[in-house]
Amino acid sequence: MAIDWFRFGSPQAFFPVAGKMVPWFAFLAVAFALPGLYLGFFVAPTDATQGESYRIIFIHVPAAWMSMFLYLVMAGWAGLGLVLNTRLSGMMASAIAPTGAMFTFVALWSGALWGKPTWGTWWVWDARLTSELILLFLYLGFIALKAAFADPQRADRAGAILALLGAVNVPIIYFSVQWWNTLHQGASVSLTRAPSMAATMLAAMLLMALAAWMYSIAVALARVRSIILERERDMAWVRMSAGT
Amino acid sequence: MNWGSLSDFLAMGGYALYVWGSYGVAALCIAAEVFLLIRKSSR
Repeated sequence: MAIDWFRFGSPQAFFPVAGKMVPWFAFLAVAFALPGLYLGFFVAPTDATQGESYRIIFIHVPAAWMSMFLYLVMAGWAGLGLVLNTRLSGMMASAIAPTGAMFTFVALWSGALWGKPTWGTWWVWDARLTSELILLFLYLGFIALKAAFADPQRADRAGAILALLGAVNVPIIYFSVQWWNTLHQGASVSLTRAPSMAATMLAAMLLMALAAWMYSIAVALARVRSIILERERDMAWVRMSAGT
Repeated sequence: MNWGSLSDFLAMGGYALYVWGSYGVAALCIAAEVFLLIRKSSR
């Protein structure tokens, strides 16, 4: 069966599809989070050097991964909108930004609470922490910049340029622990080597990461629906479905 | 099973503030985001 994907580039066609997908992704988020938390708190053993404080990893790493990944997805949508001038792209970018900012905040917050018992300090101005803080400001700047324009198309273009320029920061965050001497430890999990952690810890972390992923999709789709309604409120199809 | 009792679990080996502080704030953020979205979409 051939699906015309471009049809879903129209907000009107995407609106009901997004609505149908939200509960499924919300369900998947819970379905991954519950075993993830169970493994993380009840099965994964106590860490030999860090004791129980290491259990912060199951929220910290998924949140940090999502903060970077969501930024790239957001910049990707924004860039697509800039090139193809599609209406939905800018809306998708706007829908992702608050969730990305939320995960960035959670990564910084849980990092501070993990840093205190392990490094003896809540915060240091090292490369990893500073570039992640810049990521938070990029998200907030993107949201503020778009809100500053009355014309949504101009807001989309300005936002896209900021998002694309800011995307340079993501590889800086990711590779900061290799490029500079930082207090932050290197990656425990990478695509090129075997993970340096116990299997149950790894399983818990990956389940939580999947949960964060599914949650982000559910929330972004729910948010894009309200953005579509807001932006297209003067269009005939919104008025018809609202019964006015 | 890692914990002998509920109070053991809550104490997190002395790291309760850090562990529950992380998960608590994350849960609050998620709850706030979901609440705001539901409120917005029901209007």
